Amino acid sequence: MHIVVCIKQVPDSAQIRVHPVTNTIMRQGVPAIVNPYDLYSLEEALRLKDQFGGRVTVLSMGPPQAEEALRKCISFGADDAVLVTDRAFAGADTLATSYALAAAIRQIGKEQAVDVVFTGKQTIDGDTAQVGPGIAKRLGLQLLTYVSRIVRTDLDGQRITIERRAEGGVQVLETALPCLITMLENTNELRFATLPAMIHAAAYPVRKWSKDEAGIEDVEKIGLKGSPTVVSKVFGPTPRSAKAELLELETSSLRDVSLNLLQKIFTRHPTLEVDLLMKEET
Amino acid sequence: MTAPAAPAPAPAKRPAGRAGRNTELPEHLKAYKGVWVFIEHERGHVHSVSWELLGEARKLADILGSQVGVVLLGGNDEALETYAAEAFSFGADKAYIVHDPVLKGYRNEPFTKGLTDLVNKYQPEILLLGATSMGRDLAGSVATTLLTGLTADCTELNIDPASKALAATRPTFGGSLLCTIMTLAYRPQMATVRPRVLAMPRAEAGRSGEIIQDTLGMVETQIVTKLLDFIADAHSNRINLPYADVIVSGGKGLKNAENFKLCFALARVLGGEVGATRPCVQAGWVEAERQVGQTGKTVRPKLYIAAGISGAIQHRVGMEASDVIVAINTDPNAPIFDFAHYGIVGNAMQVLPALTSAFAEHLAKASRKVA
Repeated sequence: MHIVVCIKQVPDSAQIRVHPVTNTIMRQGVPAIVNPYDLYSLEEALRLKDQFGGRVTVLSMGPPQAEEALRKCISFGADDAVLVTDRAFAGADTLATSYALAAAIRQIGKEQAVDVVFTGKQTIDGDTAQVGPGIAKRLGLQLLTYVSRIVRTDLDGQRITIERRAEGGVQVLETALPCLITMLENTNELRFATLPAMIHAAAYPVRKWSKDEAGIEDVEKIGLKGSPTVVSKVFGPTPRSAKAELLELETSSLRDVSLNLLQKIFTRHPTLEVDLLMKEET
Repeated sequence: MTAPAAPAPAPAKRPAGRAGRNTELPEHLKAYKGVWVFIEHERGHVHSVSWELLGEARKLADILGSQVGVVLLGGNDEALETYAAEAFSFGADKAYIVHDPVLKGYRNEPFTKGLTDLVNKYQPEILLLGATSMGRDLAGSVATTLLTGLTADCTELNIDPASKALAATRPTFGGSLLCTIMTLAYRPQMATVRPRVLAMPRAEAGRSGEIIQDTLGMVETQIVTKLLDFIADAHSNRINLPYADVIVSGGKGLKNAENFKLCFALARVLGGEVGATRPCVQAGWVEAERQVGQTGKTVRPKLYIAAGISGAIQHRVGMEASDVIVAINTDPNAPIFDFAHYGIVGNAMQVLPALTSAFAEHLAKASRKVA
């Protein structure tokens, strides 16, 4: 079984700060990590490999330093890593990104046919959830998003049954391989990297492909040119004119402040008290 | 005698904008008119995000001087015409309906074909979908098939006065900043918006519209993916944050999972739900369904109590439409106090129990009065 897992190196958004005066992102010192959502897909891919044998190739598009993120995946048990990196990719939106990654997956497939492609549910920096469906469409793969569980995989029959999170319930879907899966968060727990695996990963020669090596012929479809969306402006949030009315704890007791707050809430929202009382009755 | 006109400059092969950007709309795409909403329904129930989008679509169409269309795809026995009538009451002018047995229950392949074909045939300028598990799955596939721009999880939609393009605003960089994105040289311009981000429009009884029936042209044997079953969530373990009246949310200021019990205690007294910020969910303190914010749920309760939450945009965009916002934080400079209505500068671990007993006492007293 050959599985390709697409991952992205992202800044750890929990640590990004916005400059209070200039409203610009302060990127200095923000560590780069593997997009956390991708790791659920990596773990699921490794489990398929445990079960059926075969290999897991991790793939990313990004600047040269993104190879660190791929090495991390090697340390968890991925067999091979490809980084598609080229200045021509700069400024790509999700449509152009899916084009480039789809081309690279086709190239990887020439070495060994691909049975399953995984991507994360979404990234934590872009949060679009569009690249996975885009790759599936471009490669003509069956798309299975928000998968909470792989129920059954029949490698001989080339069929897979999964559970997919939908609004108000779970869909049970059966489809043919090859397919593209995006895993839902908290559906599995990533294994630990062993020390020998970490040493192996540190020295692993990540393959770096230019656009030509990734099999991309049409430069109109990548980077800024291949991106239909245009970012027209980036700005900070508008501060609300009225700031919160602060209730002082220092001058009065916690109980008084609480009762005072209740009065204010019920005055501001006159129907709330009745709503709460009705809820109590039911 | 007029001098022979200078030869017109050869048209550029591609609209050349700044740094090779695609900023000019080609002539053949100028015929695209109208604002469309994909109506999401599942087992006899239309998702309210579709109506929320319809309210916004009406506003955009009025600015553009165009019409609002809705797309309804479903099985032969599904009441799509009833949903269309409801859509008309919320501001739609036209409803494009496709009934086909293969459209019973959502699947990517037939729905992508159905929506893509309708777009190619009737050429809407703007196409909006709910950012639900169905809408996101479908939008990404349709946009890639149509090779057009798609902006996910918008928090605001407008028409750019200069270009008349859809100006879609969404948080970026993990929610620390906002950005406005436009699709200038491609049609339709696609966007998704999450449930509860937009207000529910008011229905106008007696408003009517035109129904256009179309066909799918696909049979079951052509579809690879089979829907074997749908397991509805048990009602008891359904956490319905987006439509809760009261939400008590905790942030990293609560220090550990154990202290979330204080939020649950207050929520119980108020008959509300417990929410959380992304870091708390990532730390595994509470379930992912409880996450409020750009990558979690958008909520608009009557009362939102934020305990130990600093108020990053990521969180703010998910809850700032709440009627009353109360913030508890030890840092008087926390951004949460910029948009909360009331604030208590203090330790949430002490304030939450005090509020819980104050509310319990007050409600007990008030209910005796009523009785």
